[in-house]
Amino acid sequence: MKPIEGYPGSKIKRRTLLGGAATAAVVLAQTAFGKVMQKAVTQAELIVDPTKKLGPPPGAIGTRSPFEKPFKLPSDTSSRTPLQDLFGTLTPSDLHYERHHGGVPLIDPDKYELLIHGMVKKPMIFTLRDLKKFPSVSRTMFLECSGNFRGSKETLSPQEICGLTSQSEWTGVMLSTLFREVGIDPRATWFLAEGSDAAVMTRSIPIDKGWQDTMVAYAQNGEAVRPEQGYPARLVLPGWEGNTCVKWVRRIEVSDKPFMTREETSKYTEPVTGGKIRQFSFVMDARSIITYPAYPAKVEKGWIEIRGIAWSGRGKVVKVEVSTNGGNTWNEALLQVPVLDKAHTGFRFLWRWNGETTEIMSRAMDETGYTQPFYKTLLEARGGTGGYHFNPVTKWIVQKNGEVYLHPEAKK
Amino acid sequence: MWIVRLFFILMVLFVYTGCDKLNSDPSEFAGSYDSSVWPATFGLGRVALAREIDSLNIDVRPDGEGLPEGSGTVLQGKHIYIAKCAICHGHTGTEGPYAKLVGAFYESDSIQRGEKTIGNYWPYASTLYDYINRAMPYNNPGTLTSEEVYSITAFLLYRNNIIDSTIVMDARTLPQVIMPAQKLFINDDRTGGSEIR
Ligand code: HEC
Repeated sequence: MKPIEGYPGSKIKRRTLLGGAATAAVVLAQTAFGKVMQKAVTQAELIVDPTKKLGPPPGAIGTRSPFEKPFKLPSDTSSRTPLQDLFGTLTPSDLHYERHHGGVPLIDPDKYELLIHGMVKKPMIFTLRDLKKFPSVSRTMFLECSGNFRGSKETLSPQEICGLTSQSEWTGVMLSTLFREVGIDPRATWFLAEGSDAAVMTRSIPIDKGWQDTMVAYAQNGEAVRPEQGYPARLVLPGWEGNTCVKWVRRIEVSDKPFMTREETSKYTEPVTGGKIRQFSFVMDARSIITYPAYPAKVEKGWIEIRGIAWSGRGKVVKVEVSTNGGNTWNEALLQVPVLDKAHTGFRFLWRWNGETTEIMSRAMDETGYTQPFYKTLLEARGGTGGYHFNPVTKWIVQKNGEVYLHPEAKK
Repeated sequence: MWIVRLFFILMVLFVYTGCDKLNSDPSEFAGSYDSSVWPATFGLGRVALAREIDSLNIDVRPDGEGLPEGSGTVLQGKHIYIAKCAICHGHTGTEGPYAKLVGAFYESDSIQRGEKTIGNYWPYASTLYDYINRAMPYNNPGTLTSEEVYSITAFLLYRNNIIDSTIVMDARTLPQVIMPAQKLFINDDRTGGSEIR
């Protein structure tokens, strides 16, 4: 149970640091010509009393403190949000999780076009400028990949267990507004959304979701959507699995049947009891995770504020319960208000730890009456196999020595 | 007097509708932009030309709609697969390094048997054409001709024990292929509430 050396993001750290024994940290500095560059902070600079030295003037772009190093955890296929390093519920845009099927495309916003065709009165093409001129909406909500579970060893952080969830304020035009412009055939029941990445990724989506609350988002947290998140425009389907929120969206084809694309057949389907395979599992069920204390944190005896996030794709989180004795008794956690619909919701619980080894865990309840299940219950419902939409209670072992480890329940 | 009464009624109505909006959940609130006062059209965007639609409309559906002209054979497919796909999916389609593509369907244990493959998991043959055409080869997507895609599709279906080696794949034969795993697929039945599914 030894923590990984240099965790987290040790690989990145080595590459970014400029080396040399005297280097204490790295900052972005502005040169006399207004260029932003990386600069090493030396030990000598650090011992200077900041009240006795004039600091740099205002800059053209803000930077993170050189002492803070939250990193995403990239693999070949995804990159995870460092949930244990964040506070509150908004994910900084550069720490938003990534999952794509053909890399991140480079798209010229001046050449960007969205085509809507199929069972419509008038097939139309909208430029990015067009999209931005329509009545707009902003909404804060979570986006989560439905393949967001790991749990096979003690040394997993919240980032590694379920870092494929992030929250942003998205701004854009409602798809219903565009539907109104093209005139949807009343017999239409589905639409295909297609991205302009190298996978030209597609998903079929019930037309009702399009009318209800689907957004074509061009902004994220106040600025243009980031390339990794679908620049210059993407779909956001509140509460639905991330893969349906097609990024770099270039085409919407209205139809009366689903298209049975690879991402809704071979992928993003899951085994359930009776040897069946469940398809079109769009909604993300309620989930929560304690992000502090959690691996790799170390705690001390005494008062500890247990913190975490809870969310549900079916509406608001109405309650989060925390257990500090291995699930024997449960306490209601405090929810941070306002509690938003289909959004990460902060919870906290004040706990006085007596220094004995114990297990802490949380479970979320949403407004439909759904309670986040234990691993075993969920596994049974899924016929003994894991897969997509796996949202079990996460249990943390707090050891006598203050080290915190995941209670691993998953098989390899 | 009646004017006062009308005013009062209007006030009550106003207050009620106002409260209603504030109490509704945010999704309704966001969607409840009162579009009844919107113009019939905002006059943004332009009509798409048939040519423009055709150049993007590459999807292929289970009923065969969207399949292009042309055809392909298992034998041709084998050669193309070895040349363009084997480096990532293995010569036999089973050894990787990326996605395992070949593995037959077994009635007894179907999806429980190791990794998902085209043979034991894919519910529609049209998806193969559609996906290979849009996304493969991974490092060189969108470069295959329709003949090549038909041929590789035929080859992969053959290798997965789904068609025999003599069947020619085209817009007529491909939609007729029935995938063994299709019968395992059910629609999402989760609805929230207390039951865990
Ligand atoms: C450079 C490596 C590479 C080459 C070459 C390549 N593929 Fe792939 N293939 C991949 C990767 C990686 C994936 C998974 C993509 C993802 O994550 O969505 C994949 C996925 C697939 C899948 C979907 C598998 C599933 O179960 O969902 C099929 C089918 C496929 N490839 C067929 C082909 C064919 C046919 C060719 C040759 C024309 C080819 N590939 C060439 C890397 C490659």
